[in-house]
Amino acid sequence: MHWNVVANNFDYFLWGAYPRGPLGGLALSILLAAGGIFGAFWIGLLAGLGRLSRALWIKLPAVLYIEIVRGIPLLLMIFWFYFLGPVLFGEAMPATTSSLLAFIVFTGAYVAEIVRAGVLALPRGQMEAARSSGLTHVQAMRYVVLPQALRNMIPSFVNQFVSLTKDTSLASIIGVLELTRAADQVNNRALTAPTEIYLTILVLYFIVCYVLTATSRRLEKQLARYQARSR
Amino acid sequence: MAYSFDWNLVLHGKYGQWILEGTLKTLHISAVAILFSVLLGTLIAVFRLSRVRVLEWIALAFTEFFRNTPLLVQIFFWYFGSAAVLPDFVNQWLYNHDFEFAAGVIALTVYTAAFIAEEIRSGIFSIPKTQLEASRACGLSFLQAMRYVILPQAFRIIVPPLISQFLNLIKNSSLCMTIGVMELTYMTRQIESYTFHGFEAFTVATLIYLVISLVVSLVITQYNRLFLRQIRY
Repeated sequence: MHWNVVANNFDYFLWGAYPRGPLGGLALSILLAAGGIFGAFWIGLLAGLGRLSRALWIKLPAVLYIEIVRGIPLLLMIFWFYFLGPVLFGEAMPATTSSLLAFIVFTGAYVAEIVRAGVLALPRGQMEAARSSGLTHVQAMRYVVLPQALRNMIPSFVNQFVSLTKDTSLASIIGVLELTRAADQVNNRALTAPTEIYLTILVLYFIVCYVLTATSRRLEKQLARYQARSR
Repeated sequence: MAYSFDWNLVLHGKYGQWILEGTLKTLHISAVAILFSVLLGTLIAVFRLSRVRVLEWIALAFTEFFRNTPLLVQIFFWYFGSAAVLPDFVNQWLYNHDFEFAAGVIALTVYTAAFIAEEIRSGIFSIPKTQLEASRACGLSFLQAMRYVILPQAFRIIVPPLISQFLNLIKNSSLCMTIGVMELTYMTRQIESYTFHGFEAFTVATLIYLVISLVVSLVITQYNRLFLRQIRY
């Protein structure tokens, strides 16, 4: 076994060439995931509420967006942004930007379904009571329904964040220097230790994702106490 | 930058043939991986529920590890790294056959089995405990009760989530392009680099994936409508 290959490149796996070069490795993976989930939250919130709307001109685009995105592989989405950015906008986007955009648009559709399920899970009485105390539909959503629904959605958001952290590995295919790409590079250079290198990478991803998964489980238990229930 | 569309390019002739072959390869690798992942997933779920501590631990470690690591890295691990893990005669056999395909199937199977095991487990949990107790009281052994009473009911409930896992697998099979399995995404990418007509190729591939996912979700809705509402406790 050639564990020294892993030991010599461990800092490269963690943060790339950072002080001397651009940030990469696991740090970039986590940054991409964090940026992706942040953007996806807003798009998902819009699309999720849009899908619940009764106005067809709001509902239809939301449904189309959610169903189309959920029906295609993320890799294809990344290719759309990467190869067709130049065709549509006339100039090439950096691979990091285009993969981040792909992550946001892709994850947004899944977040939208979480939002929809979260709002529907709240007892109808909450909306009815808010409306009858004089709030408009939008106000009732904003001040009564969403604050409760969003709190219940936190564990699902964390799970989505875990998925995205795993999915950031796909950015390596278009050349973003995150953890998986760093591993490929080291593997291509060393040639002697593929098993050791990929095992190490798997363990690194596992540690990050497992900590998050465990957090989401704990949150779920804690939040269960505050849930509004219909009788 | 002017872009002239040429839909005939990807719909007919050599490149149309590539798209067709790619689609068939996607369906082929997915079908094989679906078969194996259901078998492995059921095994893991039963391990997880058995009272034998060691089996329970193995199953728990399996699901947690493979659910919390990226499929792409798992594919690379099986493709580049399995030689040091698997016995020599297995490696030899794999190299003489379609190694890319086999590595892809192994990765997809193991990854999806971890998710399927969780679905099956929750399905088994949703069957009232009294069912097991009653069948045990009738004189069936634990395995017989599982085989004849619990699993048939549980599988009925989990068909919809199971099918959506299959859909995930079909979409995930696109990652096998990275190790050279010539499936739909691989072919699309290939057409893009040969002709620079990526737009048409990606559109056709997107539509094919959409049709597959539409068919799958139709199947789920029909199943729900026909069978699931009959189950009441």
